[in-house]
Amino acid sequence: MLVFVINRLLQSVIVLLVMSVLVFVGIFLIGDPTAMLVSPEATDLERQMVREALGLDRSMLVQYLSFMGNALQGDFGRSFLTGQPALQLILERMPATFELVIVAMGFAVLMGVPLGMLAGMRPEAPSSRAIMALSIFGFSLPTFWIGLMLIMVFAVQLGLLPASGRGPTVEVGPLKLSLLTLQGWYHVALPALTLGLAKAALLIRVTRAATREVLPMDYIKFARAKGLPARRIFGVHLLKNIMIPILTVSGLEFGQAIAFAVVTESVFSWPGMGKLLIDSIITLDRPVVVAYVLIMVFFLVILNLVVDLLYMAIDPSSREKVRD
Amino acid sequence: MRLTRHRLLTATAFAGLTLGGPALADDLTIGLKSEPSSLDPQFHVLSPNMQVALSIFEALTTQDPTGAVKPLLAESWALASPTEWDFKLRPGVTFSDGSPLTAADVVFTFDRVAKVPNSPTAFTLFTRKIASVTALDDATVRITTTVPYPLLLVDIVNIPILSKTAASGPAPEGRTTTEMNRGEGLIGTGPFTFVSWQKGADLVLARNEHYWGTAPAWDRVVMRPMTNPAARAAALLAGDIDMMEDLPTASIADFRANKAVNVVSAPPARSIYIALDQERDDSPGIGGAGGKNPLKDKRVREALSLAIDRAAIVERIMGGAAVAAGSLGTGTMFGTSPAHVDAPRPDTERARALLAEAGWGNGFTITLGSPSGRYVNDARVSQTVAAMWSRIGVTTAVDAVAPPVYFKNRDALDYSAYLGSWGNNTAEIGTTLTAQLMTYDKAKGQGTANGGRYSNPELDRLLDEASGTMDDAARKALLEQADALAMEDYAILPLHFEVPSWALRSGLTYAARADQFTLPQFVTTEN
Repeated sequence: MLVFVINRLLQSVIVLLVMSVLVFVGIFLIGDPTAMLVSPEATDLERQMVREALGLDRSMLVQYLSFMGNALQGDFGRSFLTGQPALQLILERMPATFELVIVAMGFAVLMGVPLGMLAGMRPEAPSSRAIMALSIFGFSLPTFWIGLMLIMVFAVQLGLLPASGRGPTVEVGPLKLSLLTLQGWYHVALPALTLGLAKAALLIRVTRAATREVLPMDYIKFARAKGLPARRIFGVHLLKNIMIPILTVSGLEFGQAIAFAVVTESVFSWPGMGKLLIDSIITLDRPVVVAYVLIMVFFLVILNLVVDLLYMAIDPSSREKVRD
Repeated sequence: MRLTRHRLLTATAFAGLTLGGPALADDLTIGLKSEPSSLDPQFHVLSPNMQVALSIFEALTTQDPTGAVKPLLAESWALASPTEWDFKLRPGVTFSDGSPLTAADVVFTFDRVAKVPNSPTAFTLFTRKIASVTALDDATVRITTTVPYPLLLVDIVNIPILSKTAASGPAPEGRTTTEMNRGEGLIGTGPFTFVSWQKGADLVLARNEHYWGTAPAWDRVVMRPMTNPAARAAALLAGDIDMMEDLPTASIADFRANKAVNVVSAPPARSIYIALDQERDDSPGIGGAGGKNPLKDKRVREALSLAIDRAAIVERIMGGAAVAAGSLGTGTMFGTSPAHVDAPRPDTERARALLAEAGWGNGFTITLGSPSGRYVNDARVSQTVAAMWSRIGVTTAVDAVAPPVYFKNRDALDYSAYLGSWGNNTAEIGTTLTAQLMTYDKAKGQGTANGGRYSNPELDRLLDEASGTMDDAARKALLEQADALAMEDYAILPLHFEVPSWALRSGLTYAARADQFTLPQFVTTEN
């Protein structure tokens, strides 16, 4: 078990190294950040001074090594654009994205799992067919379009919910949270729905498939024959056994949403990390982009590890495999 | 209601719908297209930063909506010698903390400019001709320039005055940029005061109760960055915001027809042009010319200009949100040649004849470099120009790439022809011509944006002379001469000027400005 965790963490170090090189070199090859940063009215000498001040006049290898040297000490450098530490910029935006994604995933799981189980238990019923048809829409429609549709209906036509922003925030220690206020929930509703719909649709399909696989199993038949109440059969025996695929998909989707909620964030002007990433890529703000990617890679590695550990908690047979 | 997907995507399908309930009457919420990189008014020369700074602070001088210089904190000024300017401060002006404005604040402010570290573009851009700033007495400031410099008045528009007491600190620059981003030291004489800023989200300002001028109409102003134009438009229609910046050209017609919103446009200012390589014989983007560069021949450049139907581009590609250009300067700009204000008419016959006369009757091929997503409809404009050039026998391919790649290629002189843009903040054509068409000289800082490497000693001489001429009438004559010379030599091919637009909920109006700033103090209710 411990060996397993250590192995995973060691692997993540290699992934982080490879990613840092890829992103660093990629952005270096795209162009010169000063072309985007410096006012066009500046002279070449003034531009050169900025280049020197940002360390961009050195060779790529030297720049990379000095970046990595500092990064190992926890310093990802300063944003070219704002002069603020890159890590701080990202961490400031993190609570907003987490709030959005947690609400969206909560919605997706609460919608997706029950509907998927329903559809799986009676696959031929009209209600099940309706659920499946809806789920196709759920993940084939582009997020961008769903977001604008929701804005049009709920914000423009009905005037029920706000179309942009995050609402007032409450400070909890160093964190600024908006979900502690009613206004915050109003604001998160539409973006979370937008982000959650596709995830819910995916979960419906996964749950349905798993349910259909588990239902004909002997232990379900036995439970029925024993006369256990349906609630116990479905709520315990079925649910427990379909949890593994659901957990896998939820975990992956959660990570995906945290790292790349950018479309939803820009449609709803949600002040999260995704918007920061896109803005930074456009301005070639390399310290922020590299720091962001590294943090996300690390986060995804940890997330996968947690999912694997949860497997072991749920499914005793997977513990055996780990020992090999 | 039948909705097509396209219309929904542009978020403009809801013409005629009533807006949701507006916020409190005295609150103004603005959807910005991008947020400031810092609140330090001396950190980064960038429009989003400048417009916030100019809401909280004021400079000695200001520009009216057309760009003309007007007094602001300086009530008047006089030249003691060609390089010494004496500014008389407006009496009775106080900062938002109640303390009076004195010459010491002005000296402190100019002194801080060069000390701000890590700046991506320092404000020394506007003080590079200033030798010293001294207080003659409490209400008089003397600015000494290194050379006679007529543009000083418009340069200092960009240096808003800080309060010496509030912005002093232990660091060399006093209050640091980080402190100012938290709101510390943001004490100005402007119509609004700082309340709060959450990066990526709302910047909140409140009315300055000590303001010396006409009190603004708003108790509270919220500036919210909303990078996606469709999201801004939807938020305006939903009543989330009262005003949006940068209305996309595709939505202008729908918004104008919608009674719930009011669209205002600024005077044109930003120029879109095509630069042509006139230096190298073996230019990288030219083919079928036997190693020669046809663009060095004035007749070819004229033919390329005549092939472009500028009015059609303005109407069909820009949706009318542009003005066809005959020069790099607009008609109202100081020094624009009056003979070149109107865009030249297209004439493909004459263009073909000129090409034949120059020995290129069989045409050649050229690649037109273009950014995609930097300027309004940039790639589409380039494609249209390419089609128009191809029509006269110059087979044109468009190389439209993401802005960072475009800038890299442009700066490496990888293009033989490229679509470019220049914003003029001085309302005087001299700065544009100096950057775009003066012979490239790194040490002298001239021709910095001259990507075609055009060089004409006569033009250089005229611009040199104009830059040190303090007499307005004489300078104007020199600039007009220079502009006419460049345009008749087809040194660069101006296409059009962008006309930026704002949309507001009905009942509000904005005195839209050529500098494209969104300044809440100029948003008013219509009577």
